[in-house]
Amino acid sequence: MDEQTLRATVFAALSRIAPEVTPGEIGTASPLRDQVDLDSMDYLNFLIDLHTRLGVDIPESDYALLGSIDDIVRYLAARIGA
Amino acid sequence: MIEFRLPSLGADMDRGTLLEWRVQPGTAVKKGDVIAVVDTTKAAIDVESWHDGQVLELIAAPGDVLPVGALMAVLLEVGEDLAAARARVEALKAASHGGPVAAAPMTATVLAPAEAEAPRAARRVSPAARKRAADLGVDVGALAGTGPGGAVTLEDVERAAAPRDRHAEMRKTIAAAMARAKREIPHYYLYEDVAVQAASAWLRTENEHRPVTERILIAALYIKAVALAARKFSDLNGYWIDGGYRSAPAVHVGVAISLRQGGLIAPAIHDADRKTPVELMRALGDLVQRARAGSLRGSELTDPTITLTNLGEQSVTGILPIINPPQVAIVGVGKVSERPWVAGDRVMPMPVATVSLGADHRVSDGHRGALFLAEIRDLLQQPGRL
Repeated sequence: MDEQTLRATVFAALSRIAPEVTPGEIGTASPLRDQVDLDSMDYLNFLIDLHTRLGVDIPESDYALLGSIDDIVRYLAARIGA
Repeated sequence: MIEFRLPSLGADMDRGTLLEWRVQPGTAVKKGDVIAVVDTTKAAIDVESWHDGQVLELIAAPGDVLPVGALMAVLLEVGEDLAAARARVEALKAASHGGPVAAAPMTATVLAPAEAEAPRAARRVSPAARKRAADLGVDVGALAGTGPGGAVTLEDVERAAAPRDRHAEMRKTIAAAMARAKREIPHYYLYEDVAVQAASAWLRTENEHRPVTERILIAALYIKAVALAARKFSDLNGYWIDGGYRSAPAVHVGVAISLRQGGLIAPAIHDADRKTPVELMRALGDLVQRARAGSLRGSELTDPTITLTNLGEQSVTGILPIINPPQVAIVGVGKVSERPWVAGDRVMPMPVATVSLGADHRVSDGHRGALFLAEIRDLLQQPGRL
């Protein structure tokens, strides 16, 4: 899966949890949860959605690596082995 | 014969719109089965039957705006005689049709399908409403009146003409409930800083070997601790109804869920004191999803015996929560933050959450409330036993 597709997948998962968000208004290098109002349950559902779409498990100990959209894409790419 | 009437799905609800029937005449119904979907100002709600029976006749039609207490359908009781029941249905319909019916909600008029085809002149419409309807181009014959004897009022006409603004309706609903709480309930507030080191450590260990789909959030532990404490403190778990307190035999914890488009709703997790944290987590995830999709069940809205509002980790330190009537207590939990903590003669960093209580002084006093909060605090120190 190329980075473009992966990025689109992350935004698709995000917009399921936060439908009011449009990709254009998110700074992809700054922390996601500073920009989008996601509580713990929203965030968990976001990760579950990514897990379902990509088959990647995300251990809780890796949450710190998932700050921004760029971080998440990079992390997922490594896990998928893309 | 069972009269299926529109239940009040919240202290502030006075009417609902029937969206769809989930049963047909002849359908056998068990207690708890969903009978109809009703739109309230907050969400579309699945309304359940409180009895076993068989649907005899559907009286309300999809699209009808019904006051709380309106007769929606008639069910046969198990083993009931059909002919006798039919006769009583006719009598019931006749009684609710003509005559100067008092405006009491329990006898409010609902148009049966057959009646809807009756000549328009038979409808009672106030002169002001008729004039306004003509100005706005509203067909009064299509409206369900909420005035005395089912008369169409000015308000009914204006409501029909206005585009539906769900956000505004939700604000109104919350305003009504909270204004009532502040007007009628003499609240007292207490709070306690609770170390959540043990709870966090327990969750970390638990979640380490759990796939992301089965992960537990600290919210599940809060719900369980509140539920166990509520079971022990019967003066904080129940309802203030008709000038008196009734403690509830079960513990149904309402969890405040904020909706993304604004507003909030606090549906119940039933028998939360008897569920494990894993089960509570599953119930919470399901509830959040359905609350946001607008598919809650009626019993989930009417049943909470106490409410928990968990502000979440992105939020603030604490809350002085307002009780959701007719309940008599609400617990708030702020975000977990690292704070200096004195243990013995040392100061150390500690993850702490401020747990607060808003309770009804008509039912309990601060001393009881303090014991209740202390119970929650102590329960959270032994997460493995929750």
